[in-house]
Amino acid sequence: MAALLGSAPVIVPSALSKTLSGSIPWIAGTSPAPRGFGGQRFFTAAERRCVDALVARLIPADELGPGAREAGVVDFIDDQLAGPFGRGERWYMMGPFADGLETQGYQSEQPPAGLYRAALAELDAHCRAHFQDRLFADLSEAEQDAILGRIEGEDLEFAGVSASAFFALLQETTIEGFFCDPVHGGNRDMIGWRLVGFPGARYDYRDYLNHNGAAISIEPVGLSGRAAWNVD
Amino acid sequence: MTRKLPPVDVVLVGFGWTGAILAQELTQDGLQVLAIERGAWRDTPSHFPTTVAQDELRWYWRKEMFQSTARETLTFRNSRGETALPMRRWGSFLPGEGVGGGGVHWNGQTWRFLPSDFVAASHNAGRYGPLGPEMTVQDYGVTYDELEPHYDRFEKLCGIGGRAGNLNGEIRAGGNPFEGPRSAEYPNPPMHMTFAQHRFEAATGELGLKPFPGPSANMSQPYVNPLGCQLAPCTYCGFCEKYGCGNYSKASAQTTILPVLMRKPNFSVKTHNEVLQVKLDSTGRRATGVIHVDQNGEEYEQPADLVILCAYQLSNTRLMMLSGIGEIYDPATGDGLVGKNYCYQVMSGADVFFDDKYTNEFVGAGALGMCVDDYNGDNFDHSGLGFIGGGYIACWTTHSRPIERQRTPEGTPTWGSAWKKAVAENFLKSTNVGAHGASMAHAGNHLDLDPTYTDVYGRPLMRMTFDFTANDRAMSVFLTERVREIAERMGGREIRLNPREGPYDSMPYQTTHNTGGTIMGTNPSNSVVNRYLQSWDVPNLFVMGAGVFPQNAGYNPTGTVAALAYWSADAIRARYLRNPGPLVQA
Repeated sequence: MAALLGSAPVIVPSALSKTLSGSIPWIAGTSPAPRGFGGQRFFTAAERRCVDALVARLIPADELGPGAREAGVVDFIDDQLAGPFGRGERWYMMGPFADGLETQGYQSEQPPAGLYRAALAELDAHCRAHFQDRLFADLSEAEQDAILGRIEGEDLEFAGVSASAFFALLQETTIEGFFCDPVHGGNRDMIGWRLVGFPGARYDYRDYLNHNGAAISIEPVGLSGRAAWNVD
Repeated sequence: MTRKLPPVDVVLVGFGWTGAILAQELTQDGLQVLAIERGAWRDTPSHFPTTVAQDELRWYWRKEMFQSTARETLTFRNSRGETALPMRRWGSFLPGEGVGGGGVHWNGQTWRFLPSDFVAASHNAGRYGPLGPEMTVQDYGVTYDELEPHYDRFEKLCGIGGRAGNLNGEIRAGGNPFEGPRSAEYPNPPMHMTFAQHRFEAATGELGLKPFPGPSANMSQPYVNPLGCQLAPCTYCGFCEKYGCGNYSKASAQTTILPVLMRKPNFSVKTHNEVLQVKLDSTGRRATGVIHVDQNGEEYEQPADLVILCAYQLSNTRLMMLSGIGEIYDPATGDGLVGKNYCYQVMSGADVFFDDKYTNEFVGAGALGMCVDDYNGDNFDHSGLGFIGGGYIACWTTHSRPIERQRTPEGTPTWGSAWKKAVAENFLKSTNVGAHGASMAHAGNHLDLDPTYTDVYGRPLMRMTFDFTANDRAMSVFLTERVREIAERMGGREIRLNPREGPYDSMPYQTTHNTGGTIMGTNPSNSVVNRYLQSWDVPNLFVMGAGVFPQNAGYNPTGTVAALAYWSADAIRARYLRNPGPLVQA
């Protein structure tokens, strides 16, 4: 009955058709590890530079502390786009494709990686054309903010790719990279969690139930612990 | 090349909450029961232990907890004039997949519907006059009193924590005084409330409302259920909804039934096998079994005397359509019943921001909250209001997972330093008051098969046509104003209202409470299944799940889904097995 799916890209023990009866199936040590950060690269050097500039405007380093750039968000996005997320492996990507209404969500023919690539090219082409051949990453922060504001306000269109779909994806992945567990490559040194005071992947807060509106001060911890716990 | 397998007595399509309940009940009669589940085997220590469960990116944002839209999704449009397009990834709702179904990733808010909810059409028409012709609201065909013992059973199975407000007709302080009479107190005490709930309790009390603790399937203390399964006290880790519980603290099929069921020799479950069709005999009046396919693409015919659909509401409805059972509803003519009365839930709320108080909502649990039910169902006079129904209003502290939760005051930009500052300042100092509104059936809201898009097997996707109705909108405006009154009294610096405005948007998460499509009722001209959830057309086919709700009440559906499953299982065991055939004569 059970048979391996020979052509599947990943074989995991649970991904088998099988019949279970008579007991709880139990194999020690099978809890599935997260994909984690593989340090894979999708972006070209030019694309990386552009995304680095973009995320640094969405969540800037400022008087409150480091921002998306310092939290490793570019590495996170690069790795994510090089993996199953970038390829839209768990998304329905069969056609036909149409623009759709706002209430119908993501309708790009491109999965996230392709959408990023096409939009980054358009963004830099726009900058070259309107800012004396400079790229987005070369512009002043004020100029960059003005462009982002226009994209968000749907006042700037790209050819062949939806600028607003790109902005939504950029914003979503930047927030993910800033606040995800560090095991995924973003939120480096728990910069995002420390900014807001999120204690991370803890699983027992019973001692704090009677906080009654007072601050709770506890160090954040990730799925794989935290730096201070590790012996170099 | 379909291989025919040896017959079984009962085949269950899907193995979540209702599949586990039906299997546990029917195996007691010695029947050979087989569940066929398209997803993986999943259990607490092997799939979502505490070192794995608290991963926001993975389980929610990368959707590893849910059905893969790459294989099958549905198409969506707001109205018939539009072209439906595929939901390329999940948004507004999150159907589960794998053993335990959506019950692995639910919050555990476990309600009973009001007695009047089961007779919504006759009750409201009787009190307020005829409903509009486009409102296809109807009675369930089963009453609260009939379901009461089955609600009680599920609450004891799960170890629900709460406080009775109506014990055998006696109204009790501190509980929900509007609830139907219950035969027993909750098996566990309420959850341990935190600062935000204290403020909500005080504010609603000042307004003359009746606050009570939300009924919770997160354990308020250690619990051993009637089957002997042990559950551990909740640790308030804030990873319930959208996550599996690593701590045996949330009732699910895994924690309450499977340890017993899986040891029974007359039960088995096939994982990673997807049912493609319910097979009928030449008369079309009898199911002979199901056709399913494994991961190799090999097809099997599984004969069975009794076929029970236990998948999610959307999947059960689609399987009926793909199997040619009953006629698909057509809003142009009003003919057909399968896919009719698709309903949802009408959510709105208000964020409350404090200056000097920490809500610390990372200390949270899926069903940690205080609620008021004064504006639900027909608990208040609707005369002159222009709508029927209502919803509960609650202050739940479920989590503060930061990718999902960045509350900012009105007027905050969506990026840049001002956004960053607002998120940082308010993350630990805010809470929410939410209205959980009913969704009344409307002739234009329905499910059918999409003419263009297909699943991985080439079968049509289901198409959803849905928008909030005039009744929904009027109700939501009223509820949201009540939310405002409460939120403004909670002592915060400011509030931010999140009203339900504009067309229904399929992307922002709202709730996984999809209902209707295989509705229950009093006769074959108004319903797909009878009061025992038995198909009118095919008497050896039963359909579980919220698809049988003729319209959705202002509560989370799981308590009622489970009570109906026990009610149906009782009818099968006590009557159907002795004399297989229709349990209600048409």
